[in-house]
Amino acid sequence: MAEQAIRQQNVQQRPVYRSGRSYALGRIGGRTLLYAIVAIGAAASMMPFFWTVVSSGKTITELYRYPPTFWPESPQFVANYVEVWNVVPFGRWMLNTTWVTFWALLGGTLSSAIVAYGFSRFRFPGRELFFFVTLATMMLPVEVTLIPTYLLFNKLKWLDTYYPLIIPAWLGGGAFNIFLMRQFMLGIPFDLDEAAKIDGASSWRVLWQIILPLCKPALATLATLGFITNWNNFLGPLIFLKTESKYTVAVGLRYLQSAVAGGSAVVSRPQDHLLMAAALMVALPCLILFFVGQKYFVQGIVTTGIKG
Amino acid sequence: MASTTLPTHPSATAPAPKPQQWTAARRREALEGILYTSPWIIGFWVFVAGPLFASMWFSLTKYNVLRPPQFIGLQNYIVAFTNDPLFYPSIWRTFYFALLSVPLAMVGSLFVALLLNQKLVGTAAWRTLYFLPTLTPIVAAALLWRWMLNPDVGLINYLLEQIGIEGPGWLSSTTWAIPALVIMGLWASVGGSRMIIFLAGLQDVPTELLEAAEIDGAGTWAKFWKVTLPMITPTVFFNLVLGIIFALRTFDIAFVSTAGGPARATWFISLHIYQNAFVSFDMGYASALAWVFFVILFTLTFVQFRLSGRWVFYAGER
Repeated sequence: MAEQAIRQQNVQQRPVYRSGRSYALGRIGGRTLLYAIVAIGAAASMMPFFWTVVSSGKTITELYRYPPTFWPESPQFVANYVEVWNVVPFGRWMLNTTWVTFWALLGGTLSSAIVAYGFSRFRFPGRELFFFVTLATMMLPVEVTLIPTYLLFNKLKWLDTYYPLIIPAWLGGGAFNIFLMRQFMLGIPFDLDEAAKIDGASSWRVLWQIILPLCKPALATLATLGFITNWNNFLGPLIFLKTESKYTVAVGLRYLQSAVAGGSAVVSRPQDHLLMAAALMVALPCLILFFVGQKYFVQGIVTTGIKG
Repeated sequence: MASTTLPTHPSATAPAPKPQQWTAARRREALEGILYTSPWIIGFWVFVAGPLFASMWFSLTKYNVLRPPQFIGLQNYIVAFTNDPLFYPSIWRTFYFALLSVPLAMVGSLFVALLLNQKLVGTAAWRTLYFLPTLTPIVAAALLWRWMLNPDVGLINYLLEQIGIEGPGWLSSTTWAIPALVIMGLWASVGGSRMIIFLAGLQDVPTELLEAAEIDGAGTWAKFWKVTLPMITPTVFFNLVLGIIFALRTFDIAFVSTAGGPARATWFISLHIYQNAFVSFDMGYASALAWVFFVILFTLTFVQFRLSGRWVFYAGER
C-alpha cells in the first residue's frame, strides 16, 4: 500500500546531518515525552469505560459513597447484570435491535451496490447531475425531511413497526453508501466486465459474478460502518417506535434511564449501577466488531473523506 | 489505493450522447443504467426530495396531524421570529455550543493525528484506543459521562478535588451544562473519523518538502506551520465544513444527558424542532423551524466554500 511505502521511504531517507551525544539524548527525551503524551491521551479516552465497568459492579451503597472506590469492595457484577435483564426486557431489546440492524444492513449494502453499479458502468442522460445531487443530499440535515417522512409512515400505518427503520435502507442505502461503492467500482478494470459481456453474460450476471466478488473489501466496509450506524440509531426508533417491547437498545437505554432515576413503578430509588451495566452491554457489540473489522473502518473513512 | 486510479474507459467520463445518435445498444445501456439506479431514484424522491418540498409546504400551514393542514401563509415564520420566546435563545445556544466545540475538536483531532503520525511502536494499538470512544452509542456515551460528571460522587470532580479545584455542577449548572456537553462530544469524536481523515491527509504530505525544509534549517514548529499545515488545508476544510454541520445539529447527546435543561440551558434548535414536532405535534410550526435551520446551515456552508479559495491550497491546482 502507498501508505506503507511512504512510511518506509521516510525512515530510510531521513537525513542525519546533526550528530553527537547531546542530540541523541535530546531525541530519546523527545521520544519519551511523545510516548508519555500519547499514553495520557489514550488513558483519558479509556477512563470512562474503566469507570463504567467499576461502577457497574458496585452495590448501591458503595456507588454513592464519597470519595469513590476504584474497584468494587464486594463485586456485584453478575448480580447487577442479571438484574438489568430482570428490570427491563433487555434481551427482547437486544433481539429487536439485531433484527432491525440485520435487515437494514442487508438492504443498505445490497441496494447501494446495485445503484452504484448503475452509476459506475452505464451511461444514461442526467447521470452526472443526479450523482451530484446525490452527493449534495449528504449535507441535508435530517430535520427538514423528518416531519414529512413521519407523516408518510403515519399514513401507511407503519408507525410502531420496524418498516420505517428498514425499508428506506433498501432504496439505495443512502448517499454515503452509494458514493463509497461507486468510487470502489470505478477502480475495477472495465476490461473484466467487457470480456464477460462479449462472452454473452447479461449485465445482471456480470454484477453478481464479476463485480460484487471484487467489491468484497468495500462491502465489508459498508457492513461494518452500517452496523454501527444502525445499532446506534437513536432518533429513528425514538420517533417511530411507541410500544416498550418493540424498542431497540438505544431507546431502551433511554427508557431505563428514566426508570432508574427513581420514583417510578419499576424501581423505587436511583440505581445508576444498572444503567452503567446496561450502557456497557449496548456498547459491547460495537467494540467487538471494531476489533474484527478494524481495517475496514479506516479504509471506509479514508476513501470517502479524502479521495472524494 | 485502488479507488484513486480513475479508469480510462470512455463510459466513465464521456458525456451521454445526444438522442439522435443513439443506437440500439446505447439505448439499452441507458435503460439498464436507469433500472439499476431505480431503487435510489425512488428512494431519493420518496425520502429526500419529496419530504423536502412537503416540509416547505407544511411550513406554510397549521397542521396537528389530526386535521388536514390549513394554509396560513408565512404566519409560522412570523411567530418564530417575533413571538417564540425559545427561538432566539435556542439558536444562540446552538451556536455557542458549536463555537466552543468545533475549534477544540479540530485542534484536538489534528493533534492526535500528528501524534499518531510519529512512527510510534504499536501505532495500530494506539489508534484503536483513541478510536474506541467514537464507536460507543451516543446514548451510552451520554449516560457514561453523566455519571462521570456527577457533581457529588462523580470521578471528574473527585479528581479535580485532588488537585485543589472545586468542581462545578456540570450538567446541573446553567453555566457549565454546555461546556460539559462539549467535553462529552469531544471524548466521543476526537479520535474518530475526523482524526483518521487528518491522519490520511498528513500521510499525503510529500516527505521531500519536509526534508527540504529541514535542510534549510526549519525546526519542528516551523515545518508544521510552513509546510504541513498549508499542505493539509483541503483536509482541514473538509473536516471544518462537516464539523460545523454536525455541531449545529447536535441532538442525541443533549436529549439524553440534559433533555434541554437545566432551565433550558441546553435547549438547542434541534431539540426545539423535536419538541414542536413530536411532543406538541405542531407539524406546521416545526417544519418552519426546520426550514429556518436548513437555510442557516446552507448559508454557512456556502459562505465557507466561497471563502475557501483564500486559504485552502490544492497542491494539484495551478
